[in-house]
Amino acid sequence: MNLVLALQQKARSVAQRLPADPRNYQIAALSSLLAYGLTALHFEIGGAQAAVTIAVAIAVQWIGTRLARQPRFDPKSALISALSLCLLLRSHSLTAAAAAAALAIGSKFLARWHGKHLFNPTNLALVVMLATGCAWVSPGQWGTPALFAFAIGCLGTLVVTRAARADITLSFLAAHTLILFGYSAWLGQPPAIPLHRLQSGALLLFAFFMISDPRTTPDSRRGRVLFAVLVAGGAAFVQFALLRTNGLLWSLAACSLLTPLIDRWLPHSRYTWPRGSARPAPITRGESHEIAAPRIHVGVGAPVGATRR
Amino acid sequence: MALALLWAQPAASFCGLYVASGDAHLFNKASKVVMARDGDRTVLTMSSDYQGEATQFAMVVPVPVVLQKSQVHIGDAAAIEHIDQFSAPRLVEYTDEDPCPAAAQLSDAVMSMKAMSVGAVRVRGGRASEMALGVHIEAEYTVGEYDILILSAKESDGLQRWLEQNGYKVPPAASRVLDTYLKLGMKFFVAKVNLGEQKALGFRELRPLQMAFTNPRFMLPLRLGMVNASGPQDMFVYAITRKGRVECVNYRTVKLPSDAEVPEFVQADFKNFYRDLFAHQLEAQHEGVIFTEYCWDMRWCDPCAGQPLSNDELRQFGAYWVDEQEGRATVFMTRLHVRYDRARFPEDLAFQVTSDIQNFQGRYVIRHEWKGAGDCPEAVKYRGGLAERRRKQAETLAQLTGWDTAASRKRMGVDADWATDTDRMRWWERMWKK
Repeated sequence: MNLVLALQQKARSVAQRLPADPRNYQIAALSSLLAYGLTALHFEIGGAQAAVTIAVAIAVQWIGTRLARQPRFDPKSALISALSLCLLLRSHSLTAAAAAAALAIGSKFLARWHGKHLFNPTNLALVVMLATGCAWVSPGQWGTPALFAFAIGCLGTLVVTRAARADITLSFLAAHTLILFGYSAWLGQPPAIPLHRLQSGALLLFAFFMISDPRTTPDSRRGRVLFAVLVAGGAAFVQFALLRTNGLLWSLAACSLLTPLIDRWLPHSRYTWPRGSARPAPITRGESHEIAAPRIHVGVGAPVGATRR
Repeated sequence: MALALLWAQPAASFCGLYVASGDAHLFNKASKVVMARDGDRTVLTMSSDYQGEATQFAMVVPVPVVLQKSQVHIGDAAAIEHIDQFSAPRLVEYTDEDPCPAAAQLSDAVMSMKAMSVGAVRVRGGRASEMALGVHIEAEYTVGEYDILILSAKESDGLQRWLEQNGYKVPPAASRVLDTYLKLGMKFFVAKVNLGEQKALGFRELRPLQMAFTNPRFMLPLRLGMVNASGPQDMFVYAITRKGRVECVNYRTVKLPSDAEVPEFVQADFKNFYRDLFAHQLEAQHEGVIFTEYCWDMRWCDPCAGQPLSNDELRQFGAYWVDEQEGRATVFMTRLHVRYDRARFPEDLAFQVTSDIQNFQGRYVIRHEWKGAGDCPEAVKYRGGLAERRRKQAETLAQLTGWDTAASRKRMGVDADWATDTDRMRWWERMWKK
């Protein structure tokens, strides 16, 4: 018994010593993924493209911070967006890479609604680049090794758990899995087909690192679950009815427009992350979000520092 | 668009379906598909390597729309051979110059390239009278030597029975797969050889079938072809677009290792080199992957492994835009090579056109050594470096193909003493030689 208590205390003390900002973990996870992709999977992204993407993202973040007169320049969120773009966006044009980074970060300052930015920055940049045909996304680039899927899942879980946004990830994965298996069952396809579709690095990256962005998802848990189901349904519609690729990205971009409506219908205080603690603060219905400043939000392309309505 | 074949008699298949043949052993289970894609427009040219009795040919291909007679065309087998040869991995040959006079210069010459053998589709027909069974003949016509039916059906059982009653030997397990395609709203393109027409036309070999349609689906169904396949099958896809490279979206698309220097003896054994290179690289992947063997702007090539395709050939394959602009419009070709089986490829192949126009080719280099007898310091140095060069070449060859390094070294003559008397001198002997 004493041993258990001792272990619990130890774990608690370790947790308290960990960096409070979950974006550190996100940056570490995304950097590891990028390193794995470049070395083992031979992602087609050059050093110049990565450098341009990161530099432009951070530069636009700095400019935006100045123009919006935000109190503090913090490049972490911009770096997260840039790393995500490096992982997902493919182009041989440095101009396209720069444009995508500028668009992603710029949208955080421009496309806002009641203090929240409307689109996940990386997601918006990806769909715009896809629509213009300047670049492409390779959903098949990850391959399907189980080990890799497991690794990315674990890394993502770490980030999500610390960001207390596991609900949206899990709801999305559950809905997506149900849809895939249901659709295949209706078609009479063997389970190997939906299983193959689930063993995708791109899917896990999306679920753990993109849809979990708390700045672009509904504030209430019920709203987030609804949002996750809508995104999964929309992705299935794009893939199976419209017969287009990258359904997840298109669906998330479209569903992001519904977030303000869901927030109005199912209001809840924003999730806050008090500084100095590795654990999320309890969320209390009706709690004024202003009392827990500064807030740091996590997610791919999350905003920097505190923002107020 | 979807493809797969069913044979009336045990036979080979196109796009995957090889029903074990009684006594016919196929040398190479490979099929070739040319896919031209522009927006939602697709032109498909299909060819398989089966060399059996033409009278026993029958083919069933799921298609997304009802194809009218004008949408079906007979392709040119020679053009498929041409595009295959043009895009196949190539061996480039350099010859070392005499190092003595000045700096060694390399002269290059394009060498041969390899083409995998292909196949033709065979079957036989035999059509019964129309039946209920929920099967509806949407269209019926003859194109070239083929009698073609476009079928729709309410349920797969009825379709399967109709096919069986009309002489098509459908594996029992195909029913579930047929059902999938029916639920996806697909029709079935059924072709068999009209022997009278074939005789009148004077063709002995079955020519490739082409179909043109507009549909967002950009995929190649393998599942019907794998229903009772005995082992892995090869397929080459030559995708032609005006925008850029084509890649698979539900399996990893990787580039074949390229630009490697290999021993000289590979020149005489390039066919085996290519075959083992592919097999070894595939084995290293541990999962279902598709290899890109070539992607290039068709307006030029370097080195050219054959005569570039003419505008006429490209147009015949479906690049109808080739004459739209002054000169030659952008025609970008991707050669994909996949070896598929049920375990690694449970799902049909889905593709996308990317805006990637970066050229790539499977290119391997041999360098013929200078065999001169000069003993200038450069020649001594040159010969001194040969052993290391050969060692690297043998290692590269082993990495690429899995060939045994010791055997390669033996074939290269690396173990023999290639040094001249001057090379064998100690440095002081050489110093005081004169």
